[in-house]
Amino acid sequence: MPRRLSHKDVAIVGLGWTGSILANELTDAGLEVMAIERGPWRNTATDYPPNYAQDELRYRIRHELFLRPSQTTFTFRNKMSETALPIRNWGAFMPPNGVGGGGVHWNAETWRFLPSDFVLRTHLTKRYGAHFLPADMTIQDWGVTYAELEPHYDRFEYLCGTCGQAGNLQGKILEGGNPFEGPRSRPYPNPPQTQPFSHTLFAQAARQLGYKPFPQPSGNLSQAYRNPLGVRQGQCSYCGFCEWFGCGNYSKASPQTTILPVLVRKPNFTARDQCEVTRINLDPSGRRATGVTFVDATGQEWEQPADVVLLCAYTIFNVQLLLLSNIGQPYDPLANRGVIGRNFTHQTISDVVSFFDPKKFIFNPFIASGAIGMCIDEFNGDNFDHGPHGFVGGGYMGQVQTNGRPIETTPVPPGTPKWGTKWKQAVKENYLSATKPGTGVHGSMYSYRDVYLDLDPSYKDRFGRPLVRITMDFHENELKQNRFLTDRFAEIFQAMGARQMDKQYRRAPYDIADYQTTHLCGGAIMGTDPKTSALNRYLQSWDVPNLFVIGANAFPQNAGYNPTGTVAALAYWSAEAIRSRYLKSPGPLVQA
Amino acid sequence: MFDRGRTSLLAMALLAGSFSACTPAVYGDGYRDRQNVDLVERGRYLVTLGDCTACHSDPTRADSPFGGGHAVPTPFGKLLAPNITPDPQTGIGKWTAQQFDDAVRRGRMPDGRRLYPAMPYPYFARMSADDVRAMRAYLDTVTPVHHAVVSDQLPFPLSIRAIMMVWNWLYYRPGEWQPRPDRSAAWNRGGYIVEGPGHCGACHTPKSFLGGDKRRHELQGYSLQGWFAPDLTGDPAHGLAAWSLQDIAEYLETGHNRFDAASGPMAEEVEHSSSGMTAPDLAAIATYLKSRESVSKAQTASPANSPVMLAGAAIYRDVCAGCHKIDGSGIPYLIPDLAGSAAVASREATSVLQVILHGAASAATREEPTGPQMPSYAWQLTDAQVAAVATYVRNSWGHATGAVPEPAVKRLRKSSQSRD
Repeated sequence: MPRRLSHKDVAIVGLGWTGSILANELTDAGLEVMAIERGPWRNTATDYPPNYAQDELRYRIRHELFLRPSQTTFTFRNKMSETALPIRNWGAFMPPNGVGGGGVHWNAETWRFLPSDFVLRTHLTKRYGAHFLPADMTIQDWGVTYAELEPHYDRFEYLCGTCGQAGNLQGKILEGGNPFEGPRSRPYPNPPQTQPFSHTLFAQAARQLGYKPFPQPSGNLSQAYRNPLGVRQGQCSYCGFCEWFGCGNYSKASPQTTILPVLVRKPNFTARDQCEVTRINLDPSGRRATGVTFVDATGQEWEQPADVVLLCAYTIFNVQLLLLSNIGQPYDPLANRGVIGRNFTHQTISDVVSFFDPKKFIFNPFIASGAIGMCIDEFNGDNFDHGPHGFVGGGYMGQVQTNGRPIETTPVPPGTPKWGTKWKQAVKENYLSATKPGTGVHGSMYSYRDVYLDLDPSYKDRFGRPLVRITMDFHENELKQNRFLTDRFAEIFQAMGARQMDKQYRRAPYDIADYQTTHLCGGAIMGTDPKTSALNRYLQSWDVPNLFVIGANAFPQNAGYNPTGTVAALAYWSAEAIRSRYLKSPGPLVQA
Repeated sequence: MFDRGRTSLLAMALLAGSFSACTPAVYGDGYRDRQNVDLVERGRYLVTLGDCTACHSDPTRADSPFGGGHAVPTPFGKLLAPNITPDPQTGIGKWTAQQFDDAVRRGRMPDGRRLYPAMPYPYFARMSADDVRAMRAYLDTVTPVHHAVVSDQLPFPLSIRAIMMVWNWLYYRPGEWQPRPDRSAAWNRGGYIVEGPGHCGACHTPKSFLGGDKRRHELQGYSLQGWFAPDLTGDPAHGLAAWSLQDIAEYLETGHNRFDAASGPMAEEVEHSSSGMTAPDLAAIATYLKSRESVSKAQTASPANSPVMLAGAAIYRDVCAGCHKIDGSGIPYLIPDLAGSAAVASREATSVLQVILHGAASAATREEPTGPQMPSYAWQLTDAQVAAVATYVRNSWGHATGAVPEPAVKRLRKSSQSRD
């Protein structure tokens, strides 16, 4: 029998970036908020202090901060004709777990999407004609515009203390920034980080080729910063342990270093960690959420009644809770009907590892941060004419080498033996003089009819609930895009003076074992039509108006950028709609 | 939580004399006027000044403030702080006004038993009778908690409370604070708080082996509870000479200033007490402390080229400099400046060792909510390594405190749990 807790105004599922932002906004509005987090509480000095935060084996190889697949996992297949099997060791992406969520172990690359990304189908159809898009591509407009999100991007950047150089300040193009970005209302709160040597040379080479390189917007701080909530961060020490790691010295933006210190002081905020939400409860009409049910670490089941439920978990878990709670019509790819699970996307990442003369180039790759790097945006979104190339989409590319960590940083030229004395010699010779950007080409992945999420017919989690099944493969559009972008990327390293290059194109089939990014998107998308979207433009469920589903699950397709900036902007956008409109008149904010 | 803005207005109004206008004749003993808002509010502020909650509220019983039961560590053993809610059976509900005053200012219980000076009655003796009455008026309004506490936990012969007669004869000096007409109003107000309700000397004044204040060394720093409460005088070597009035006030209010962060018992003091004080009172405390001069005997710095300093410098660069920077300057309001930190410059190394070994959580306040924390290095550094790096930071950047002995590290390592 579930035990019943006292009623709250708001129940939040998941206390990462979006959960923290929404909790802070809604407690500010005077609401009683309960956040329920599946993983443990996390605290800088006791969970990833600087005296062992930089343990590559513990955090990178053994996945210390991530969800353990034995707690719950997903099944995966490339094609609808195949039988999906459970993922038992994370590969292509890393599901977060615990307070702070992905905000603890991200690189802090803090981008905005392009204005055209939000009206993608309209924009591409207008420019190239409907016939230019592949028939099975299901891209959509978002229902929200860049101009509407701009103030919310701004709030997140000032919360984080994002470091960067504005490229478009209120319509004025500024030298040294990204000239393709949408207009921003004010500069970044902090100047860009100082760029290491190889990053600087890359920018020089890009400039020679006629591109306009700029520093990647970074949540690793270039200087000490106090955010509008009064929370302080220090200056990044360029240790090169960001992604997969927590930051030990308060210099990477995370919920812990920007919001939680303020949130935990509020008497109207409560959090429960190590409690896994198992379903959203509905009243008999099925049109109203009454709260959530969760299980604590002792196995006790609890019911948390609430007026408003906010799903703020990782993309797939948000979709899973909708499917398991019978909210919204599950997506059927054959009939092309239903909304929960559709337009699921990831990213199209590739790399170029380049080898330089060790006598002339010493890059010291270990001097780095997670969001360091010089990038170009000429080949992102629709910043270039796709007409001659026969594909849509694109991505930023850059020398964004974030570390020189010893276990993984062993670049050797193609043809080197995989082990033994010659391999060791090659590692030694090239460690200081090779470039290995990590996610060098950060390409978009657009949505397709046969890439989706549903409930697995066979495999179940520890509570007996069906696992989510991922059906995903690359389509020719993305592979073409990647070949084109990777070749352009390599040309810059060539101009930089590389004597040998290893172009690591992204190839089909989609490989669930090979890490790309943790940017899973879609599955419960926002839009203007309840037939093709699960959420309205405020991330409110079309079916259950007192439920909001906040995260990258709302992206109708993924752009050629890291998603966190946009996820957070959507969180603030949704919070504002709840505060200014929903609370005054609870009900649908958009009439279907 | 204390609403500081409102309280500050109120306190200023009180200071301006409105209190005297509403002071009634002395109540008959036992009469509680819980509608006397002015008196109750004044008492609430005094209870904050006195940090009564530090001992009398049990952090594990958050729903019963002032309900007692919290173990107060003393050099002689633990005492459980009594229940001071108005519960008639287990609290102080039946006490007369005189009995309350006797307990607070004279260390005498209604049944004649004597309090131990863990209750800082030797300091509260400086308070005015009106202030004590206001404290009681406020305590009469808190929710009664039925919670019997047996305070006596000390071993024989300290368990015989009559020995406090001797102690009081040695150390207790009755008498309210006497204003100095030759000093400013701020100085006098600051002196009243520091010497009276604020009982700063309870931690910061060196003690004799019997736990009595060494009066000639008032506020010159003392080791207790595994920490060293720093020298609050203007001593150039160990005190607050480099701190401005603003630095002191800011530290007390927010737990942080450009040099240092309050951690350990001082973090609790900031969170419960001084962060709730009014701006004029914080400035007054700073004024009073800045007037306290002292000069300690010069200590010799460990030579920079001695093996222990070289080892310490190497460990510092490897382990500490990532946050505190090579020159010890840290990041203002986030990572303490080891050159300007009063804890680093202290006569004894206790706090430095405590922080290195066991880590520390700094105060989190409304103005400075970050509450940055130092991690524990107990698992990583040996006693000799901790001694070396402590020696290095305590003899660099202008500090001269001599070498930290290894056995001191060993003792402190055993004394408490590390945070990792």
